[in-house]
Amino acid sequence: MKKKSKLKFQIISIISLIAFFAIWQLLTDVYRVIPSTMLPSPVKVLQTIGMKWSVKKPDGSTLPQHILASLQVSGLGFCLGAVIGVPLGVIMAWWEKADLSLKPVFDFVRTIPPIAWIPIMIVLLGIGVVAKASIVFLSAFIPCVINSYTGIKATKTVHIWVAQTFGGSKTRTLFKVAIPTALPYIFTGLKVSLNSSWGALVAAEMLGSASGLGYMIQMGRLLSRADLIVVGMIVIGIIGTILSAFLDSLEKIVVKGEVR
Amino acid sequence: MNKKVKVQVTDLTKRFGDLLVLDKVSFEVYEGEFLCIVGPTGCGKTTFLNSLTHLYEPTSGKILFNGEEVNLEKHNIAYIFQEYSAMEWLTVRQNVRFGLEIKKDYKNIDRKVDEALELVGLTKFAGYYPKQLSASMLQRVVIARAFATHPELLLMDEPYGQLDINLRFKLEDEVVRLCKQTNTTVIFITHNIEEAVYLGDRILVLTNKPTSIKEIIMDELPHPRDIAAPEFVEMRNRITDLIKWW
Ligand SMILES: Nc1ncnc2c1ncn2[C@@H]1O[C@H](COP(=O)(O)OP(=O)(O)OP(=O)(O)O)[C@@H](O)[C@H]1O
Ligand SMILES: [Mg+2]
Repeated sequence: MKKKSKLKFQIISIISLIAFFAIWQLLTDVYRVIPSTMLPSPVKVLQTIGMKWSVKKPDGSTLPQHILASLQVSGLGFCLGAVIGVPLGVIMAWWEKADLSLKPVFDFVRTIPPIAWIPIMIVLLGIGVVAKASIVFLSAFIPCVINSYTGIKATKTVHIWVAQTFGGSKTRTLFKVAIPTALPYIFTGLKVSLNSSWGALVAAEMLGSASGLGYMIQMGRLLSRADLIVVGMIVIGIIGTILSAFLDSLEKIVVKGEVR
Repeated sequence: MNKKVKVQVTDLTKRFGDLLVLDKVSFEVYEGEFLCIVGPTGCGKTTFLNSLTHLYEPTSGKILFNGEEVNLEKHNIAYIFQEYSAMEWLTVRQNVRFGLEIKKDYKNIDRKVDEALELVGLTKFAGYYPKQLSASMLQRVVIARAFATHPELLLMDEPYGQLDINLRFKLEDEVVRLCKQTNTTVIFITHNIEEAVYLGDRILVLTNKPTSIKEIIMDELPHPRDIAAPEFVEMRNRITDLIKWW
């Protein structure tokens, strides 16, 4: 797209964002169509964010503490999911024996939604970091395996043949041909994983936890503090966006040849 | 010509299920020879090269390279595929390096790559990615990749299909000169008879499926060949008559 028309759309999107908040403000504080106990106004939300920055009440932790708790758990689970999931997908796709022996188990596990694991994890591991990290792990792990598997399988036969005729072994061909082919798919997997693990984390924190953004939302509900709920949602959205943007820029650095 | 046998093919047979494609093909290729294979489209030319390199497991038959079973990890073979085969995630230069890197042949690698790029006239495009190039440039990338490895045996499956006619003549002359200079053995597949007569030391004419050898023709016209010379035209017509096109 041309620079100029891109700018035009950026302006339009900023305007619509402003309109969104304006309507929200009108519906709440100005005309009071929706009572503030159900939906706080944007101004109130900003005030709550400011207040929660340093105040522990009423849910026991400050906003930065909640954010940190959530990031720690999701970081741990996501990294483990990626570090185990990506190689597993690659190995299953590249070596037929691994495929035959591991795929059936995996195909069964992947049909269980990660959220359905939460109760058993709480029973087995309690409500600590390990239980939540395990949920995050599962929800990150599965898309990582699926996408890296698909990516390796997408390798063109003729590329494999090129490496083979030059005398490349199976393993060398994997690193020189199949993994470069799979990289865009692996990144798609990481992005999907990030979204689903972030979602699963919030769910896990709402069901059983003592800190984290999901926990804060849950406390907001129990204490009828709608502003806490909305603050939690907004912060979750912002952090999710930042993390995806980070992966996007990493992808641009690592994946070559996509001329844009 | 030095008559050392480089490749010996004996009774090579290949079936896909009950489709018999190659039926007991036997012949030999001599060291330094430029052997052209012509045949009607779909007769099994690609299948033949793929079986020769064991990319397709031959149904039966024997293929010897320097008197031993073909072994891609050991023997220095390069294959230019009919299908487009440059790697999209590598620059032109990295693509040309690819064969040498796979072989872990890092000695003089940059000089070899430069020479190969020069040969196909892509020096200026070394930093581009395949998506930025035209089809004919991509085909030259693949040719350069093969030449950079200085193969003992070079297999080419209609490598000039994408090139325009002037470029084609220039590149063909260059490739023949280089192969002769380095004593490279070449098996060159085409369905363009003029091209075969222009390039080959011998021309192997295939029958329609199931494929076997119809005739092997010596092509001893002096280089560089004149496509309008009466001997050239005579040979071209003779081969055209031999081929059953359907
Ligand atoms: N992998 C495969 N599986 C099944 N049949 C195949 C396979 N590869 C080739 N064939 C069959 O073998 C026959 C010969 O195909 P091949 O591609 O070798 O012909 P060709 O002479 O190279 O044709 P062209 O001139 O179009 O390149 C065709 O009938 C094709 O359908
Ligand atoms: Mg073919």
